[in-house]
Amino acid sequence: MTFRARHLLGIEPLHPIEITTLLDLADEYVSLNRASVKHSDVLKGLTQINMFFENSTRTQASFELAGKRLGADVMNMSMQASSIKKGETLVDTALTLNAMHPDLLVVRHPHSGAVDLLAQKVNCAVLNAGDGRHEHPTQALLDALTIRRAKGRLHRLNIAICGDIAHSRVARSNILLLGKMENRIRLVGPPTLVPSGAEDWGVEVYDDMAEGLRDCDVVMMLRLQKERMDGGFIPSEREYYHRFGLDAEKLAVARPDAIVMHPGPMNRGVEIDGTIADDINRSVIQEQVEMGVAVRMAAMDLLARNLRAEVSDG
Amino acid sequence: MTETILTNARLIDPEADTVFTGSLTLCDGIITNISRSTEPVEGGLDCRGKCLAPGIVDIGVKVCEPGERHKESFRSAGRAAAAGGVTTIVTRADTLPSIDTPETLEFATRRAAQDSPVRIAPMAALTKGRAGREMVEIGFLLDAGAVAFSDGDAVCTDTKVLSRAFTYARSLGALVISHPQDPGLSHGAAVTSGKFASLRGLPAVSPMAERMGLDRDIALVEMTGVRYHADQITTRRALPALARAKQNGFDITAGTSIHHLTLNLLDVGEYRTFFKIKPPLRSENDRLAVVEAVAEGLIDTISSMHTPQDEESKRLPFEEAASGAVGLETMLPAAMRLLHAELLTLPQLFRAMSLNPARRLGLPGGRLAPGAPADLVLFDPDAPFVLDRFNLRSKSKNTPFDGQRMQGRVLGTWVGGNRVYDSAA
Repeated sequence: MTFRARHLLGIEPLHPIEITTLLDLADEYVSLNRASVKHSDVLKGLTQINMFFENSTRTQASFELAGKRLGADVMNMSMQASSIKKGETLVDTALTLNAMHPDLLVVRHPHSGAVDLLAQKVNCAVLNAGDGRHEHPTQALLDALTIRRAKGRLHRLNIAICGDIAHSRVARSNILLLGKMENRIRLVGPPTLVPSGAEDWGVEVYDDMAEGLRDCDVVMMLRLQKERMDGGFIPSEREYYHRFGLDAEKLAVARPDAIVMHPGPMNRGVEIDGTIADDINRSVIQEQVEMGVAVRMAAMDLLARNLRAEVSDG
Repeated sequence: MTETILTNARLIDPEADTVFTGSLTLCDGIITNISRSTEPVEGGLDCRGKCLAPGIVDIGVKVCEPGERHKESFRSAGRAAAAGGVTTIVTRADTLPSIDTPETLEFATRRAAQDSPVRIAPMAALTKGRAGREMVEIGFLLDAGAVAFSDGDAVCTDTKVLSRAFTYARSLGALVISHPQDPGLSHGAAVTSGKFASLRGLPAVSPMAERMGLDRDIALVEMTGVRYHADQITTRRALPALARAKQNGFDITAGTSIHHLTLNLLDVGEYRTFFKIKPPLRSENDRLAVVEAVAEGLIDTISSMHTPQDEESKRLPFEEAASGAVGLETMLPAAMRLLHAELLTLPQLFRAMSLNPARRLGLPGGRLAPGAPADLVLFDPDAPFVLDRFNLRSKSKNTPFDGQRMQGRVLGTWVGGNRVYDSAA
């Protein structure tokens, strides 16, 4: 057994062997998900609560499906509508939930570090489904699985992460994971959207797509939030698309077999050209969604095994 | 008229920059004699070679009266100060409501006189409600006993308002204490920008915001001639500006906090909110530059920036958690870290913690000389202990030093000749 973590709070604490273990198991779940009977009982009897303090359709659906396919009892809680509005603190919410004896808690929160805080207060395994600008570990894992399956390996690749890196938890988790697996990472974006201190992360920083994408094996685009488009961080949507939107011309400097990724939801015509996104020879965006369910199944399976081991050890 | 003689003490004189073994006599609340004699004296108190220094004068302590007495009262803050060797608390005006009228100032002074074993010197706000729109009644507040005027961490964004307040304060000789920080750049920030902040995904402020704030204030000091003190200088890049302003002969001094001298931004670790303070903790390079500035005398004062916060205000996601740390009881042991690291000497430390703050505020304490008030702290700079925050006398327990090994214990504190703390009692 080479996955020791009690929670999945981020990529930062994971060892490369743990990452490989998880991806190997996720590969098996991809097969299960493609079979006609998509069901297993490894989480039977366990309760999974999805607690989303921030809007999400895709991630929440993916976690819900993953839990259901593994036989867990799944409950969704939309926290924007509930007690938070009544002034309850995060810690009190955590204690309330803890009293219901969940086994797996999937949490998304708008503030960095909030999921760590919550994990300190509960007895179950906590999965971070995105906290502020900090981490989004299952997204990085599903991206890694997608890359590994498309490229046949997850090391010594040139990977460009492009766009709004400063506000992106997806970028942070990906930089950590792909760095741990010894890839060459480039960050490409306008300097207002690249975090300060990024040069010290062991990555290369570019503000020009033509340079940043040269000879890349993987081009990972990030979503640009609507509220950041006007004036504050970039002058306008059209200037951004002109300089940083991925189109055929910009992609031409990458390797001919380079794949294009996007965590979704996409803004077509802002960060990515529609025809690139739909090009089945380049875009692996649909595969990413598929891998998402498998990776989340693997993560919950491994955490549940550790939970059971804890119980049997007394 | 009863005389007390403290014998066999290592006397720390920040004025003369000396440490020597001798005895000190106090009578009727003042120091009457200092001698280098090491002979035992009949009826004297044997200090057993421990250090005796002028009591700490702590500029910028938040006592949460009026408004938030559950976080800290004059009684609890006074007891914490006595246990920490702080003999004068210079209180902040950022209470609820702010101390911005003679009436609220008198309330605080009265409460302090009833409950606090140590001296209280109150500051008043510079603008009404610390809102940065209208100046307070600086004249009346001076008459009521305000020793300085400060809006604390509420940085005034309207420079016209600020320039008028400075001009008016200048005409009355009032001291203005300001928090140098560019308000736009620092808005919403929880930590100092850089690799660590970006990895943690926390909203951050560039250390340059402090330089910008200081530059603006210095320009206003040059324009108005006001007596000015910067409450906390915490970054390397602000130091040349400060040095130039001093060379130019402006009436300007600066302080820093004990936390910025002993901790750095990496101490935040896994979102530990007890390390969230204002301004945020800085890089190790900044910390060392600021320590050096204290050694050189470029930075004049060290404060605890005592800011009590209850558990509820801190047990939140980092961005939402309140800023501030308590410091009255941990200031002296934390300062001993700088001594043991051979970065600062005992006279240098007490020059910054006692002598300079008293001088700047025009208070008689901070000195070890005949005629000075008998405000003293007796301490063992080497005594080791592990800090347990629940042993603090402050009502709030938000110290960043919880569980840490410290060296340096206060053994006794005297205020006006009265012993207000005895570690053996």
